Amino acid sequence: MTTGVLHLYVHLPFCAHRCGYCDFVTVVGRQAEHGAYVDALLAELALERDVLAERVETMFLGGGTPTYTAPTELARLLDGLPAAEELTVEANPETVTPALARLLRMGGVTRVSLGAQSFQPRQLSVLERRASPDDVRGAVHTLRDAGFDNISLDLLYGIPGQSPADLDADLAEALALEPEHLSCYELEAKPGTRFTHAQGAELARQAEAMEGYFELVVDTLTAAGYRWYETANFCLEPARRQGRDLRARHNLAYWRGRDYLGIGVGAVSTIAGIRCRNLPGLARYVGVLRAGERPRREVEPLTHETQELERLLLGLRLDEAVALATVEGVLDREAAARLASRGLVDLEAGVGSASAIRLTRRGRFLGSAVTADLVA
Amino acid sequence: MEPDRIRNFAIIAHIDHGKSTLADRVLELTGAVSARDMREQLLDSMELERERGITIKAQAVRVRWRGHHLNLIDTPGHVDFTYEVSRSLQACEGALLLVDAAQGIEAQTLANAYLALEGELEIVPVVNKIDLPQADPVGTARELAQLLGETPDRVLRISAKTGQGVEDVLDAIVERIPAPSGDPAAPARALVFDSSYDQYRGVVAFVRVVDGSFETREPLRAMAQRTEFEAEELGVMSPAREPVGSLSAGEVGYVITGLKDVSRLRVGDTLTSRRRPAATPLPGYQDVKPMVFAGIFPTDSDEYPALRDALERLKLNDASLAYEPETSQALGFGFRCGFLGLLHMEIVRERLEREFDLDLLITAPNVAYRATTRSGEVVEVHNPAEMPREVELVEEPYVKASIIVPKDYVGSVMELTNERRGAFDHLEYLSEDRVLLSYELPLGEIVLDFYDQLKSRTRGYASFDYDLAGFKQGELTRVDILVGGEQVDALSLIVHRDAAYDRGRQLVERLRQEIPRQMFDVAVQAAIGSRVIARETIKAKRKDVLAKCYGGDITRKRKLLERQKKGKKRMKQVGGVEVPQEAFLAVLNLDSERKR
Repeated sequence: MTTGVLHLYVHLPFCAHRCGYCDFVTVVGRQAEHGAYVDALLAELALERDVLAERVETMFLGGGTPTYTAPTELARLLDGLPAAEELTVEANPETVTPALARLLRMGGVTRVSLGAQSFQPRQLSVLERRASPDDVRGAVHTLRDAGFDNISLDLLYGIPGQSPADLDADLAEALALEPEHLSCYELEAKPGTRFTHAQGAELARQAEAMEGYFELVVDTLTAAGYRWYETANFCLEPARRQGRDLRARHNLAYWRGRDYLGIGVGAVSTIAGIRCRNLPGLARYVGVLRAGERPRREVEPLTHETQELERLLLGLRLDEAVALATVEGVLDREAAARLASRGLVDLEAGVGSASAIRLTRRGRFLGSAVTADLVA
Repeated sequence: MEPDRIRNFAIIAHIDHGKSTLADRVLELTGAVSARDMREQLLDSMELERERGITIKAQAVRVRWRGHHLNLIDTPGHVDFTYEVSRSLQACEGALLLVDAAQGIEAQTLANAYLALEGELEIVPVVNKIDLPQADPVGTARELAQLLGETPDRVLRISAKTGQGVEDVLDAIVERIPAPSGDPAAPARALVFDSSYDQYRGVVAFVRVVDGSFETREPLRAMAQRTEFEAEELGVMSPAREPVGSLSAGEVGYVITGLKDVSRLRVGDTLTSRRRPAATPLPGYQDVKPMVFAGIFPTDSDEYPALRDALERLKLNDASLAYEPETSQALGFGFRCGFLGLLHMEIVRERLEREFDLDLLITAPNVAYRATTRSGEVVEVHNPAEMPREVELVEEPYVKASIIVPKDYVGSVMELTNERRGAFDHLEYLSEDRVLLSYELPLGEIVLDFYDQLKSRTRGYASFDYDLAGFKQGELTRVDILVGGEQVDALSLIVHRDAAYDRGRQLVERLRQEIPRQMFDVAVQAAIGSRVIARETIKAKRKDVLAKCYGGDITRKRKLLERQKKGKKRMKQVGGVEVPQEAFLAVLNLDSERKR
């Protein structure tokens, strides 16, 4: 790799509390260990420095709750990171204070992704979220006051007990805050989580009734001037923000199949056809790096076919077309033609034959099924 | 052995009335098998028979008793093998009619008793299981005596299990059953009453010599089928094979033929010597034709060759099994198989699954139809999807059915037979409480779930037997099932016009439940010709997408996609619709909720 990796992910696993539906690598409490962990991160970064490009394009601090990390340690980490054109930090609303907002600004953060999830107290409590609706609104204002002009809100829909009116209200509340970006996820009952154990049956029961929620989200947000640029992601049209492209550049890199380096416990990297995952286990991660060694990893080499498959899987989530030449080995052209005739995909004309493929609006609602059909 | 010292007999009994136990006791008592070597129910050699407690293939055993040779000819114990039973009985001069003292006479016992009476066999009535606490030996003996026009004191009362009274049975066989009466000097004739396949020696025929005698190495001919071969070995079963130099009039034994195909030597045929051939064969040969048909498909299409091999091997031992390749666009490559009846079908299916470890999908059974086209051509139809659309008339097989029930259930039986287009023939009181009902019914109404229904509506008390009774014209119509506008061949059915609408609706409704929602609306229809009689719509999915995808879980998302893709490969494509195999199975089961 001579050009170097342009995208860096940093994992900060600490949380005040583990929400029932979460399946990320997280660590509750242990504030005393934040310093040691940041040391380990910086050590890992130093070991991997030559993998990164001279100028990193995007960085993303995810968690966990990165903003729960002790402020001095967070500041030290931000200070130790290379400069980047986009630096996103995930934040929970209740952690956002004027001091934190300033710290982030000073540390070069350009974008904050706020885990709002919902504005309805009942649903927030089902999700075991600690923030109140006012915390969410307050956090946005605090960030604005500190000068942030790229704020994203995470919303969840399909929460047990959520009515269409509840969802409508959530969307209206979110839009009222005029975020540059919105990520709207359907709540998944992931296997093994406490939440699935408690609410799985209820989720399955209401699955059919909630089928229309995704459409409601897309309709509402696009009507409000947002671009549905990825299955679950929306950004303000450029015209609304002085022509800026407000798509999440870091995530866009994942969806376009770019290489990325991930550091931190449980973090994943994909570089030159090899995917590595640092093993979970905070103490060992810290210990190994203190000894100056690389963290233990799970390595998964990606075959050419696997890479094409992922390119198709990820690319079709976007509103931009995937060039057929890049997925030739895995695409079933007959299926593509059939799906086109059913109005689920658009084939862009090239010289002699189609040159690129994208999902139609209806196809995007059925993305998983359509993609499975397209794979030869 | 002189013919007057030979007795040939069979045991007629309902399932579980103790036939095999009595046979075991006879072998033990006559010293044919020592008690130590005794495997319970020695005669039932196939694993399946032992497990289901029924006898599928007849065999014959020679035992000695007080200076006589007694040949016990075992009969198959089920309705589907009536013809084989009749041939086995034809080889005998007498039969033990064995009835469970706690159960009384059952329909099947009755049917076989009638067969024996028709063959002019001497019947020795025996009440078994008198040791059971709930036994009613006196009442059962009275019922038997009444049936046979005998006095109750002529009915033997035994317990095959404890051995009580079994010696009396052997004595009665010698005393009451006539010696065989063939002509030892006439040209040789022998009745083939059973056959089996020996992997090393080919077809082994079980025969009863009627006239003359046969010698080892003699060139033989089967008169009906004109099959010629040499008697490689003659012998008797006692109970292991024991070669003998010759078999003469009155004797029962086996002939090793060296033939490689059981279908060339069918039950009921007459063997004669080519050196001095008989002029006429023994009466009663029939070419038994399968009446019940079903498609058998491997659930995994890679197993098609294995299924073909398995059927070939089963056929070696089962001349009544017929099969031909069939291609279904819904179920892939398989075979349309013909059976004598439902039990036969069930046995074949179980043997395929158990002995050959195959995973099978079996379509709803149907009967053989005779269709006359507008041009006057008569075609036999074994598969509903092949029924010509333009027909002048359709005929279907009918049966004469006997049902025995306690009198309180007569109403329930009448109700059921009415629903199944049955025509009442007569009613007879077998005893104060038990009634014999006779009906004529379309076989097609029985192959669905008749027996189950009968059992459940009479709380298990009914016993049931039937005999084929020829073809009759019926108001029959072909109903097709369409998914996404395309006909699903495996689901076509032929039903009576009055039932077409209901059955069509049931199938369509069931399919709607079983076929997962697709990316587009799917119509499921039942149609007669081009007229749609039932329709359901499977509404398109509105959403099928994984909401969240970030750098850390691409591998997991890809694996989900790969799994989803794999799942799709297992689906059958019909009209552009992915139908899981389970959907077909569910619908087919709806049609075949019968059995056991």
